[in-house]
Amino acid sequence: MPPSMTESSANKLINGDVCHRTANGKKSSGRNGFVKNHCLFQQPQQKKYRRPSEKNNHAVRNASLYNKPFVEQFEETPLLVAVLTYVGYGILTIFGYLRDFLRNWGVEKCHVASERDEQKDFVPLYQDFENFYTRNLYMRIRDNWNRPICSVPGAKMDLVERTSKDYNWTFEHTGKVVKDVINMGSYNYLGFAENTGRCADSATGSTHKYGVGVGSTRSEMGNLDIHEELEQLVARFLGVESSMAFGMGFATNSMNIPALAGKGCLILSDELNHASLVLGARLSGATIRVFKHNNMVSLEKLLRDAIVHGQPRTHRPWKKMLILVEGIYSMEGSIVRLPEVIALKKHYKAYLYLDEAHSIGALGPRGGGVVDYFGLDPKDVDIMMGTFTKSFGAAGGYIGGKRELIDYLRSHSHSSIYATAMSPPVSQQIITSMKIIMGEDDTTLGAERLKQLSENTIYFRRKLREMGFIIYGNNDSPVVPMMLYMPAKIGAFGREMLKRNIGTVVVGFPATPIIESRARFCVSAAHTRDMLDTALEAIGEVGDVLQVKYSRHHDFPSSLGPWSSAESLLLEPSHVKSSCHITN
Amino acid sequence: MDFQYLKEYLGWLYYQYLLITGIYVLEPWEQSIFNSVVFSSMTMVIYTSYVFVPVHVRLAHNFFCGKQPESTMALIN
Repeated sequence: MPPSMTESSANKLINGDVCHRTANGKKSSGRNGFVKNHCLFQQPQQKKYRRPSEKNNHAVRNASLYNKPFVEQFEETPLLVAVLTYVGYGILTIFGYLRDFLRNWGVEKCHVASERDEQKDFVPLYQDFENFYTRNLYMRIRDNWNRPICSVPGAKMDLVERTSKDYNWTFEHTGKVVKDVINMGSYNYLGFAENTGRCADSATGSTHKYGVGVGSTRSEMGNLDIHEELEQLVARFLGVESSMAFGMGFATNSMNIPALAGKGCLILSDELNHASLVLGARLSGATIRVFKHNNMVSLEKLLRDAIVHGQPRTHRPWKKMLILVEGIYSMEGSIVRLPEVIALKKHYKAYLYLDEAHSIGALGPRGGGVVDYFGLDPKDVDIMMGTFTKSFGAAGGYIGGKRELIDYLRSHSHSSIYATAMSPPVSQQIITSMKIIMGEDDTTLGAERLKQLSENTIYFRRKLREMGFIIYGNNDSPVVPMMLYMPAKIGAFGREMLKRNIGTVVVGFPATPIIESRARFCVSAAHTRDMLDTALEAIGEVGDVLQVKYSRHHDFPSSLGPWSSAESLLLEPSHVKSSCHITN
Repeated sequence: MDFQYLKEYLGWLYYQYLLITGIYVLEPWEQSIFNSVVFSSMTMVIYTSYVFVPVHVRLAHNFFCGKQPESTMALIN
């Protein structure tokens, strides 16, 4: 482990101490034999006479750390809807068992993989029950996923029309193409997924110069000068000392976390972290503890327990503690409480790994991600990771941080030693789009797109809330999950939206909890106001036909606009702070 | 045309029933099985309540607010 990481954290401890004293105004009085509670974030008082109707209420516990209101809403599931959803899943399970019996007895043709007759007495190769859900529910509504796209997945796209004669086990292409489907599912936040314009021209130029394949890994013979240029540009964009780029975003997480943590280290990861972070944490061999989603009280408790008790059996101190969080969680649309996480990290001397897959380029006045959005110092985050897939219209991932850290990763990460280097046209696309976002190409295209994205986000979210849908997440996040709950409505929503020429992504069980299935919209800077209005009209229509307008908050004061919630929030924090200081 | 509107409305109600119970995703023969099971159990429930509920209501009323008769059969006849 590079020595400067501990040095720099020792320096930060001084700052951290100062930060602690200013955040927690009142100090507890010292009495003999009285346990002092030095927690940064107090447990909120439980008021029994007021039944909270929303989890994660508007009020922020330590509002002094935030420079703008942090409004997140996760409305509770209505009880009737939850009961009916379970009933629906129960009925589908019964029919699933019926179909499985028919397949087993040979009455019905079995489309899934099974052993040959001669091998029936061997140890079973395909465990049938594990795929029960896939066979009996996913297959029936499978036409909503894997739709072949035959144009650029920009704001509008063309889909290949397909039909199925045997209920989605096999598909046939009719030969026709569905044109100009409004794309509400692609991660195209700044609209760089296009085949004309400066990015495409520069990528074509680099293909003519370097070809497409690299033919080696970064450490052997695959280190091109375009990669060096890309890494310096990314470091400048993020405001860190040095950075490194990899060919695949998933591999960036899963191959680099094992290089940073090992046996004897502690990894504290959020409940709803992406599969790549979970895989990387498991591969590293460190102890993993999970804290509740975006819940700083839970994280602080885990940190305190870890420091007090140490490693499980020997009670030795942990070698290092690494906190894994994401910038924007794509299934919830929530933004991490970064100021509080950084305050905790400084106080308890842990390291922070921030995965900005969805937030880089999409949040913040200059497109710098969550760090820019909250106005914090990039040097506070030890490891800044992100991907180029979402806002830059390319593929791949990066890690940014101190020079010693990145030099260590260059020689110790699996991804740099074994994975093929990034392809030159992809690298050039990232370089051109990043320069446009930073404004270095002498046009205002980047600033316009950033402004358009945030306007589209606010407008889209406000309109959906007004229509009465349950929308999760922060008001500023471009990922908009809309709750559907019932299994049949997942398939029905996808199909009805396609009939109205809008392509959406619907998500069900393994990616979300079983009753909380949702449709996920990704707002893009390439969407014009007209496209959003068309989409909103269609969503409203489909919402009425399917009866998915579940929200019970009809008292939305549209006269004041979206700023009314901000005003009510500014009045609350003083009330919350005074109740916190009553303890001890 | 009122009949047209009524037919559309009934069609929409049937669609809601398909969505809420989850039958929407099943193949037509599975839907027929489920519908026949539901229809027959609903019929049985309605028939049983038509035959037995008035008698039980009258018995309960007499128990709480009236004189006890010598036999139950006297009431039913």
